Amino acid sequence: MMENVLEVKGLQVTYHTSGGTLKAVNDVSFTLNKEERLGLVGESGSGKTTLATALMRSVREPGKIDDGEILLDGKDLLQLSDEEMRHARSTEISMIPQGAMNSLNPVMRIQDQMIDTLRDHGVSKSKSEFRKWAEDLLVRVGLPSEVASMYPHELSGGMKQRVAIATGISLQPKVIIADEPTSALDVVVQREVMETLRQAQQDLGAAVVLIGHDMGLMAQFADRIGVMYAGKLVEIASVWDIFEKPQHPYTQLLIASLPSLEEKEVFKGIPGRTPSLLNPPTGCGFHPRCPQAIEQCSQLVPVLQELENRQMVSCHLYDKTPGYDDPTSSSGNEDMNVNGSSNAALQN
Amino acid sequence: MTVDYVIRRIGIFLLVVWAAASINFFIPKLAPGQDPILGALLEATQDGGLAGDAMLDIADQYRAKYGLDQPLYIQYVRYLGDLAVLDLGVSFVSFSSVRDIILARLPWTIGLLGTATLMGFIFGSFLGAFIGWPYSPRFLQKFIVPSFMFSAVPPYLMGLVLVWLLAVTFDVLPFGGGYQRGVIPGWDFEFIMSILKHAALPAMALVVTDLGVRALVMRGTILSLFGEDYIRHAENRGLKSWRIFTWYGVRNALLPQLTWVALSLGSVAGGAIVVEAVFAYPGLGTALLAAIQGFDFPVVFGIVFLIILSIAVMTLLLDLIYPLIDPRIAYGKKS
Amino acid sequence: MTVTVIQQRSVVARKRLVNWMKYLAAHRMLLAGLLVILGLALIGPIGSFFVDVETSRPLSEWPGESPTLEYPLGTDTQGRNLFAVLVAGLPLTLRVAFLAGSLGLIIGTVLGFTAGYVGGVVDTVIRTASDVLITIPTLMVLVVVAVSIKGLLSVEMMAIAIALLAWMGPARVIRAQVLTLREKGYVAVSRASGMNDIEIMYKELLPNMLPFLAASFVNAVIIAVLSSVGLQALGLGPTDAPTMGMTIHWALEFGAVLAGMWWWWIPPLTVIVVLFMGLYLIATGLDEIANPRIGNSS
Repeated sequence: MMENVLEVKGLQVTYHTSGGTLKAVNDVSFTLNKEERLGLVGESGSGKTTLATALMRSVREPGKIDDGEILLDGKDLLQLSDEEMRHARSTEISMIPQGAMNSLNPVMRIQDQMIDTLRDHGVSKSKSEFRKWAEDLLVRVGLPSEVASMYPHELSGGMKQRVAIATGISLQPKVIIADEPTSALDVVVQREVMETLRQAQQDLGAAVVLIGHDMGLMAQFADRIGVMYAGKLVEIASVWDIFEKPQHPYTQLLIASLPSLEEKEVFKGIPGRTPSLLNPPTGCGFHPRCPQAIEQCSQLVPVLQELENRQMVSCHLYDKTPGYDDPTSSSGNEDMNVNGSSNAALQN
Repeated sequence: MTVDYVIRRIGIFLLVVWAAASINFFIPKLAPGQDPILGALLEATQDGGLAGDAMLDIADQYRAKYGLDQPLYIQYVRYLGDLAVLDLGVSFVSFSSVRDIILARLPWTIGLLGTATLMGFIFGSFLGAFIGWPYSPRFLQKFIVPSFMFSAVPPYLMGLVLVWLLAVTFDVLPFGGGYQRGVIPGWDFEFIMSILKHAALPAMALVVTDLGVRALVMRGTILSLFGEDYIRHAENRGLKSWRIFTWYGVRNALLPQLTWVALSLGSVAGGAIVVEAVFAYPGLGTALLAAIQGFDFPVVFGIVFLIILSIAVMTLLLDLIYPLIDPRIAYGKKS
Repeated sequence: MTVTVIQQRSVVARKRLVNWMKYLAAHRMLLAGLLVILGLALIGPIGSFFVDVETSRPLSEWPGESPTLEYPLGTDTQGRNLFAVLVAGLPLTLRVAFLAGSLGLIIGTVLGFTAGYVGGVVDTVIRTASDVLITIPTLMVLVVVAVSIKGLLSVEMMAIAIALLAWMGPARVIRAQVLTLREKGYVAVSRASGMNDIEIMYKELLPNMLPFLAASFVNAVIIAVLSSVGLQALGLGPTDAPTMGMTIHWALEFGAVLAGMWWWWIPPLTVIVVLFMGLYLIATGLDEIANPRIGNSS
């Protein structure tokens, strides 16, 4: 296989609230190849944004990264010192935030905010050099150079998002995480912004994790798609496989619910509700809503396993390994390239 | 900043000035019994003695000027006219022009109030910002309780405690007056030191209480600011901690902080007046207290009017400056 | 049948009480503040069992005594028993504060509500009046009023005067809330379902504004205490009332601080500070409820 630029192993992010503990990201593992575009989809509360925050190591109280490894080019981000991680942000891995509406400091000019990123990562230039650099970068993402001296409220949503992209690529990171970059924009602007992102990514040769819930967007942009549900990664496969032959029941329902342009159909949703993460279901998190649930589903936690073609599913229907029901037992099956960790706790 | 906004602000300013003038005019007249001013004048004339003739003259002038035998609205108009040229009348006690009395006291008050408020604002804001920022060291956050207590106390009460501790019990600083009796006023070291020593206690009283309020407000602002998206984004970009604190945190918190200051000008002034009175500090406060006790109405009303006027002016200035500092309002929407 | 209904009702009432208690326990600042105020309020009634309130008048006891068992807080140079002064005067101080606060809240709520609900010219007039009055320092106006009345000022009159200058805070808050609720569609929906204006006001809007009303009330009380004590410190309060502010005034007038008569001015000062702290605790506690933040006092 191609080199992995990002390898996530057994990531566990828990929120310790006064109401209880909440596993927002529960034993998630995946790899990302160089220049690959991975789309991460899931309902609200599935843990995708928490995952993004965790990759940047910016999880805030009362959340905490409890376990796992995040290997960026072999280096575990979770082992870095605070200062090293601070430096890694923007230079190795960067995040384009959700809703750049409020992500820009309202009382600073655009160029000053962009320049701040450079300054704090050791780049030193003269004032005019900085300004020129900012203007050039803005032009590269398709904005007029005048934007540099403007304030955020003077820009439209799409323009602000492009500024965010510009800042995100300014120090040439290897991995770019885009957290729902187009959610608040209208369709036409969405397309322009996605194009900008694609172009920027290709120029840089960076890998992208695109988080969202718009399957249409994913279809156009992503190479691979990962599906998250209740804090777990339930399926991950190439974009073709996800759409053409989804394996996990949740993915199947998801794909089936997409309205078709060809036929007129009744709207199909997914019955039931997202589970409360404070009181999660036993065994597989999806089993209460799953039309194909079998006996083990309420008892054993399924493990992510590979089917053909790098398609991975976490579901008892395809069990080659039986999953686990005991925190101490290990369920590893070495010839299967299983990426699941065996010390994540069982829900019971 | 739109023309509308400016017009409205100036309009309010004028209304405030007019309201202040009218309060000083109508409330005494609404008092049960005789017009208190006339009453005081007549009483004074009846006292006779050395002041007798002068009082009669003043009473005559007063009657002529304000036409006490003329209909109310004419009196009112004349009164407003006098105020417009800042003619505040003559003191019943010292016969000097009220304006002169005020001007003599004004520098003291401005010096004390100005420095105290400025220090309270600067120190209080930074203290509050440090306490409120979630990444500050824990021991700083212990400062909350003391800050809390200081803001709960009106400055003149704090002043009493300070006097007791520092002037009476430990005799570190002097109490009362603007400078040491016996020191000849002049711009020399001894005099200036004397002034500073005497101003120290009242200033401390004002600073300590003001600081507490500013710190608490700033802490609240910074704490809620911390959750803003642009702070998270700044962290995600890997910006240095101090930069985020100063330029993305405090800088943004100063704007609402200024609004709070503008709103609290009234109570700050009120507190300072009483502090001065308690400390017999030669500013407007003491003059007001003496005038109240001596029923020297022109001085009372003159000082009250001036204070209200000053606050109105400061509020107007702050209202006009604020939009200039906040680019969201200054620049408006272009695209 | 009726027995079960009664039983059910008392169960519901008990549950509500328990909920309130749990609520208070979880918000310690609010609870602490309320306890402080309660404690202060009890000093008057309980203290009157231990001392004759009439001795709070001048010329009642031997003047200038420092605290002894007979006179727990000593006497002042006018011959007042200072413990009696505390017992008689603290309730007066509290009364002014809460009377002014309540009146201010009522006036402010009515005006703020009208401004927000009716809108138009009425709104502009009320808003302008509020802006103008907020700029004018309350103490200054009180000085003018008190000087004009020349010592005929009573506790109630002071409270009314303060209330007339303290309504702006509640008015602003209530008006803003009414506008917000209006925008959120509460009013439109209620109207559509056939409620008339008064019904809308009582059933829909007021319940949503309770936290704001509470916070405005506490703030109005704080302003009232500040203004009334300040006025009294200048000597302009009700001269024959043994309120805390007047006591401090007399103490200053007769040089108690310099003469070392600490028992004269420290008790009223302490009581006032404690009052402020209690009020601020309540205010901050309410604020915590309105804006829950990470890491609050509970």
